[in-house]
Formats: sequence, C-alpha cells, structure tokens
Amino acid sequence: MTETLFSNLAIFVLSLLVGFEVISKIPSTLHTPMMSGANAIHGVVIAGAVAVAAAADTPAGYILTFIAALFASANVFGGYVVTDRMLRMFTPAAARPSTPVAATTPATTMSGKTS
Amino acid sequence: MTLLAFIIGVVFLAAAVFFVVGLHLMRTPRTARRGNLISAGGMITAVGATLVYAITLSHSHSLGWIALTSGVIVGGTFGVVRSRSVKMTDIPQLVSLFNAVGGGAAAAIAFADFLGRDVSAGLTPSTSVPVVLDVIIGSVSLSGSLIAAGKLQGVIPGQPIQFPGARVVNVVVVLVALGAGGAMIAQPTSWPMLLVVLVASLLFGVLMVLPIGGADAPVVVSLLNAFTGLAVAMAGFVIDNQSMIIAGALVGAAGTILTLQMAKAMNRSVLTIMLGGFGTGDSGSVALGATVTANVREVTADDVGLQLAYARHVIIVPGFGLAASQAQHEVAGLAKLLTDHGIDVKYAIHPVAGRMPGHMNVLLAEANVPYSQMLQLEEANPAFDTCDVALVVGANDVTNPAARRPGNAVSGMPILDVDHATSVVVVKRSMSPGYAGIPNELFSAPQTGMLFDDAKKALGDITLAVKQYVTT
Repeated sequence: MTETLFSNLAIFVLSLLVGFEVISKIPSTLHTPMMSGANAIHGVVIAGAVAVAAAADTPAGYILTFIAALFASANVFGGYVVTDRMLRMFTPAAARPSTPVAATTPATTMSGKTS
Repeated sequence: MTLLAFIIGVVFLAAAVFFVVGLHLMRTPRTARRGNLISAGGMITAVGATLVYAITLSHSHSLGWIALTSGVIVGGTFGVVRSRSVKMTDIPQLVSLFNAVGGGAAAAIAFADFLGRDVSAGLTPSTSVPVVLDVIIGSVSLSGSLIAAGKLQGVIPGQPIQFPGARVVNVVVVLVALGAGGAMIAQPTSWPMLLVVLVASLLFGVLMVLPIGGADAPVVVSLLNAFTGLAVAMAGFVIDNQSMIIAGALVGAAGTILTLQMAKAMNRSVLTIMLGGFGTGDSGSVALGATVTANVREVTADDVGLQLAYARHVIIVPGFGLAASQAQHEVAGLAKLLTDHGIDVKYAIHPVAGRMPGHMNVLLAEANVPYSQMLQLEEANPAFDTCDVALVVGANDVTNPAARRPGNAVSGMPILDVDHATSVVVVKRSMSPGYAGIPNELFSAPQTGMLFDDAKKALGDITLAVKQYVTT
C-alpha cells in the first residue's frame, strides 16, 4: 500500500514539474485555447466515473455514478470540441472557406468540426 | 502485478506522453490544433484502458453501467452542442462551466468510492486523505466556477457582492469543512461527516467567488482550473489511476502558471484579488479631475478615416470594449481595407486584452486576422515609435502612461506604449475610467483624439470614411 502511494506521489510531483515546464513555453497569444485544452485534459476524470460504475452496487452508488459520468463527459467532450473550434481559426485563412467580413455573426461562421 | 495490470500501466504511461506532447505542441499556432488532437488521443487511450480494466475486475452490476452510459450520453451531448454553438466572446464562461463540472465529477467519484468501501475496519490515511482533499477541492471548484461563469455571463451581477460579517462566515465555513475533513481522516466511519465536508466546501466556493469583481473573474476561473486539476489528481489517488494523477497534475500546473501570469499582467497579486472588493469603479469617478477632461480633443469618424487613409503604419489596439460589442469582424474589415491600399496594419495585443489571456487573439483569428499581424506586448512597443496612427478600440488601463510613474493604481503595470505614436485615436463610449479607477492620461495627451461611440458602430463609420478617401 505504501509502495503504491509512494510511486503515485512521485508521479504526481514529477507531472507537476513537467506541467510547469511545458506550460511556461506557451505564448500569451495562445493562452485561451491552452486553458481550454488543459480544461479538456482534466476531463480524464471520466476514467474515474468508469471505475466507480464498475464498483457501484447500491442506489447511492448508481446515482453518484450517473452524476460523475454526466459531469465528466460534458467536461471531456465539450472541452475538446471547443478547443478544436478555437484552434482551427488559427490555421491560415486559405485553408478554410472565406468569411464575408463585417456582416457575419460568430455563431454562424463556425459550425462544428467540419473543415 | 498481473500481466493485465502491467499492460494497463504501460498504456497509462503512453496516455501521459500524449498529454504532455499535446500540450507542448500548443506553443505555436501552426501545431496547436494537432496538439489538441494528440491530447484527445491520449484521452481515448486512458479511458479505454480504464474501461478494459474495470470490465475484467467488475462483479458486474448492470445498473452501474446503465448509469454510466446514460450520464455519458446526456453530458456528452450537452458538451458538444454547447461547444459548437457558443459565441467566441462567451468562451471564458464556457471554460468555467466545463471546469465546474470537472470538479464536481471528481468530488462525486471520491464520495462514491468512499461509500463503496468497507470502513468498519477503518481506512488508511493513504485513502482517507485524498478522499477528503478531493471532496473539498472538487466541491469548491464546482460551486466557485459556476458563480464565476454566472458573473462572466452577466446572470450574476459583476460587482463584488459583499455583506456584513462575510469574513466571519467565511472563516466559520472553512473551519467546518476542515474540521469535518480532519474528523473523517481520524475516524473514517460515517458518510454523513463526508457530506458535511461536501456541503461546507460547496458553500465556501460560493462565498469565495461572490465578492470578486467581474474584471477579476478570469483570474478566478484560471485558479479554479488549477483546483479542478488537483481534485482530479486526488481522485486518481483514491481509485489508484495513474493517468488521472498525471493529467490532474499537468492541469494543476497549467492553471497555477496562468493565474500568476494574469495577476502580473493586471498588476495585482492573487491574494488581493481573492480578498475581493475590487472593480466597482466607484473611486474612479471622484479621481477624474477637471484638468484631465478639459484637455480632451474630440474627433469624428470622418477625421479618423482621413488620418488612416494617409497613414503608412497603423497599429490597432483592441481591448475589452471591442470584445463586448462583438466588433472583431468590423475591425478586421477596416484593417483589410487599409492593407489592400498598401498601408501596414498591425494589432498590438496586451496579455489580458479581452476577457481572459489570449482571448483577443481568438476573437481576431475568428475574424480571419492573420496570426502574423498580431503583436505581443514586447514586439508591439518598439513598433509604436514608427507608427503614424494608433487606433485604440475599447482598451483603457493597459495604455495609461501613468503606469511608468510610481505612486498610482497602475504603477508598474506592463502597458502598451501607445503614447509613442505620432497620432492616437481612441474609440470609447465615454471618459469613464477602467477597472483601476484612475483617469487615463493618454486620453488628454495632445496627440490623442477621442471618438465617443460604441466600438462596432464607430468602426463601421470609420471604414465608410476611409473608403471615400482611398477610392477617389
């Protein structure tokens, strides 16, 4: 048990350090998509929902499983889709259908993942 | 260690590599999208491995799987639909909302795991400590992020909300959460105690964010992003899932760095932001002296059009006002018109322009502005020296030359040297001060002309005016 705890702690601390190192190299121009992308990464909490689902055997367990799955999947699916939508706009305009200037509303210029 | 457990461990490691490489690729706009897709690949890998492991171990109660599947369908649909329909100006609140549910999921997992354990023999601290921390951090993140999203969306008033004795209530709530948490760790036998931790933490999240001004909300979103990351890492400790520990720690680090950078760019410390009560703007109207307003020169859209049409180097300084009036397409249209007539146009973007760091870049990218035209603070400042016209649209404090002098609210804040331009035009609705609450000396400088109007309308008028001069 303590052995597992120790290796998990080591993984935790080293990941924090890697995170600091990688993130500090990202320019402020890309901070919004990066924050959104990081937000999507913590959607890995859905793996926890899976583990909880496998162990659930009481009504309370089922309810908590549902809540965890609901929250986590909104986080992970929404996070990746919205980050992709943002980053797609940073690719050169030539690669995308052109947008009439000054007349279009943001909601209609971008519709999902098709490119 | 069984063979399966070993393979799962290796797969988790691979997922971690995907996450790190994905984040690393986000450092340039060219590779960022690929980075996000690689990170998504890591996600599929990690969740897939967990799923395989859970199925092999499970003493299978089909109701659990039904609960999981229905949650995923409802939550996933909501997430995808919202992400596809959200306006780019509303990104900060959506990020905050996704952050809230991530924290909530982490708290729910710790709670469920605790309920499923046989606690009659007690729990080792290696389990009870992360359970308690997960519930505390996850719940604070859930309720706090929801309040922050509400403030950004305008559902909850942006002004700091304070009431008499708030500090005392805060302290009591924190003590209850920590006390109940401590009791849980000392004697982990009853779930009602964990419920007390949960409720007190939820309450604390609300109380923590309510007194924070709307302008500071993005900093809080970033801080809570770090919280959720840590909560997810704690959930990883609870259920012994390394991919959650790694991903949670990465996000915790990301959120922490962003919070510190943002606070620095706003010339505030994280502590003063958290103590709240800032951003009312009340003090500013008093400080706005007659000397400042007397020297203000007002210009018309026609004047501005003429100036721009005969300029060689133009720098546009977009700020919150531009985002607020959704004028990113108008500004891009004006810039394109000028560029087509051989005028050099650049955008000078302050790190905290818009509603969160880098938000302005997203808005401009949406309006097809090439990334190469967007200058960061360090690149932009030398360029102002050779700039004929600087067009400031809805930006305020980040252009105030008073920041170079000590002894005022913006002292030491990194600013754009807009006053170095030969001529300055400021598009703004009124003379009202920015969040720092002091008058902007740029507005009364001799080379500055003020165009009082909504950003969207003003830019449309200016574009029409420029067209008169460049086509004839």
